[in-house]
Amino acid sequence: MKTLADLKKIREKAQEEMKLRGGNTRIKIVVGMGTSGIAMGAREVMKTFLEEIANRNLTDVLVTQTGEKGLSSMEPVVDVIEEGKPKVTYGNMTPDKVKKVVVEHVVNGRTVSDYVVATGN
Amino acid sequence: MSLKRIDLLICCGSGCISAGSLKIKERFHEVLQEKNLANEINIIETGCMGPCDYGPVMVVYPEGTFYKAVSPEDVEEIVNEHFIKGRPVARLMLQDDEDRTFSTKKEVPFYQKQVKVALANCGYIDPESMDEYIATGGYEALGTVLTTMNQQETIDLVKRSGLRGRGGGGFPTHIKWQMVHDNASDEKYVICNGDEGDPGAFMDRSLLEGDPHRILEGMMIAAYAIGANAGFLYIRAEYPLAIKRIKLAITQAKEAGLMGDNIFGTKFCFDAEVRTGAGAFVCGEETALIHSIEGSRGNPTPKPPYPSSQGLWGKPTIVNNVETFGNVPTIYLKGAEWFASMGTETSKGTKVFALTGDIKNTGLVEVPMGITLRELIFDVGGGMTGGHKFKAVQLGGPSGGCLTAEHLDVPVDYESLKERGAMMGSGGVIVMNDKNCMVNIAKYFMDFCVDESCGKCSPCRIGLKQMLDILERITSGHGKDGDIEELQRLGEAVSKLSLCGLGQSAPNPVLSTIRYFREEYEAHIRDKSCATKVCLDLMHFDIDKEHCIGCSLCARKCPVTCITGNREEKYTIHQLDCVKCGNCQDVCPVKAVSRIPGMHMEVAAKREADNKLTNHYDD
Repeated sequence: MKTLADLKKIREKAQEEMKLRGGNTRIKIVVGMGTSGIAMGAREVMKTFLEEIANRNLTDVLVTQTGEKGLSSMEPVVDVIEEGKPKVTYGNMTPDKVKKVVVEHVVNGRTVSDYVVATGN
Repeated sequence: MSLKRIDLLICCGSGCISAGSLKIKERFHEVLQEKNLANEINIIETGCMGPCDYGPVMVVYPEGTFYKAVSPEDVEEIVNEHFIKGRPVARLMLQDDEDRTFSTKKEVPFYQKQVKVALANCGYIDPESMDEYIATGGYEALGTVLTTMNQQETIDLVKRSGLRGRGGGGFPTHIKWQMVHDNASDEKYVICNGDEGDPGAFMDRSLLEGDPHRILEGMMIAAYAIGANAGFLYIRAEYPLAIKRIKLAITQAKEAGLMGDNIFGTKFCFDAEVRTGAGAFVCGEETALIHSIEGSRGNPTPKPPYPSSQGLWGKPTIVNNVETFGNVPTIYLKGAEWFASMGTETSKGTKVFALTGDIKNTGLVEVPMGITLRELIFDVGGGMTGGHKFKAVQLGGPSGGCLTAEHLDVPVDYESLKERGAMMGSGGVIVMNDKNCMVNIAKYFMDFCVDESCGKCSPCRIGLKQMLDILERITSGHGKDGDIEELQRLGEAVSKLSLCGLGQSAPNPVLSTIRYFREEYEAHIRDKSCATKVCLDLMHFDIDKEHCIGCSLCARKCPVTCITGNREEKYTIHQLDCVKCGNCQDVCPVKAVSRIPGMHMEVAAKREADNKLTNHYDD
């Protein structure tokens, strides 16, 4: 390491590794992981989110989980929360649907209305 | 790119390690392997998070959930409930007296009045990862200083920040730097003083363990400013983890080219080495420390010459405390004005304290200078345990003094504390409730100083021993009129005449307790009574015959069989034989045995008779 620019490179890479601890997130994806959610494949859904986000190198997206959301008939249920916008809830998610949500909603900012079960809080 | 979705930060400061945090970490690894989650969850060992009383503690990000007092048995529940189902485990969260639960670290009241500068990364990053330090802005200050500032500008910035030595004396840091900078010698040294020895203090240890690269960076900036290219970190051997981590940090920095030759492509070269001390308190004094590094006996020498003109191997040297160096990188990153905006007129920035004693939140805290003792003890520290009353606070360890309830609104800064007979010291804060005997506390610190005196100068070697003898006499019931005045006279003489800081400040605990708790000393001497029932010779045990049920348990447990009686007449303690072990009180099923202040009449009468006898022989 010889210059401040070299240091900056290392810093950016390391910050990326530590993003879970920092507040630098644009979109938060919350997967409902209650018993019924897990039974309907919420773990697969979450895994797909993690993989898709990793593949696309999206540094400002956070995937986290929550408990039963009450929409048992539509499990797995996923919330996509964007700063300053109403919360979007997707239902009956599958790994394939996840891929589409990542491309359309997370990357391009367009809600995938076919899968939406609720919006707002 | 990783698939990680949770960062689990486990506090691995020495406090939490002794409470078992390493076992918990192992258990997490096992459980996560079993459940096939190892690639989704990052387990990170951090330095001290602060609230040592609640250890082992951990924080789960991204939510920032704070768990306390976790045991290996809780691990499976945390994984199942929190990591898999996303339901944080409420029973492991912090709760206050009113049953409020604090789920995230931000909400915990302990952290709310704190401002973390030196401790910013402590408990937040993995101290063994240089990349994590760099992610928080590490080494940027060094790079900026080396490439854009000259030596004088570097010193001027510290001057504008108002940084003063954090090791106790409060000497302005820039003056030390300037003096060494102005010296024309071609060989200069930087020393980091990590010889923290005050009972109950663990600020330097936690910093070295929790954020070692920060200390190195601070040292290197200082080295550049004064024109040194070698440095030593003097750390006591009782801090094995701190030594291990700082050595690792030095290796990492060298590998990355952040230490060694031509750092950041400039002409600045620097090399650091760790020297371990054998744990002598006097080696925290800078001249003694320098002799110890040179390989000689750790004895102080008279100043002047100051280390800034003739230090290590006769060369100009700066000796700064760990915490002082810990503040340096942030001052350069955020600016002198930012640093100077915190604190009081003469004391700028923040100070790290190790809170211990009879308070709820013992641990490591960092607060802005000028905060009142009340805020420090009751807001950050959470107040007294067990509903007891606040009696005194001891600041500055064996060199400091005790302050009382009337001083609770005193701002914590170098001058205000000194005026009242205490001192900032390195930052040990021992809070005491009304069950502490102040004479006994003074005796404890005096005993420590007598042990730690190096013996080189007579005021300290002989004077302190005389003071200890008088204190022992007072606490054993042989105190006499004039003892208090004699203590004061000796204390002042030792302060004035001792060679180094140890002796000069050692009488402080005694002098300050006399100043604020004179009536306690008087009661010990005149009434032969210790109101707090701590001094064994000045209290006695008694059995309340009204309550005694005559079960004989106390008599059977008494190691010197000085309790006799029977079911009808109840039991009696023969005071002359009693050794005050307290067994009788512990075993009594109806709490009929109690501690009573004051020497028992029989004992007092016997002592008087004995005295007469010896005096008779003397004649």
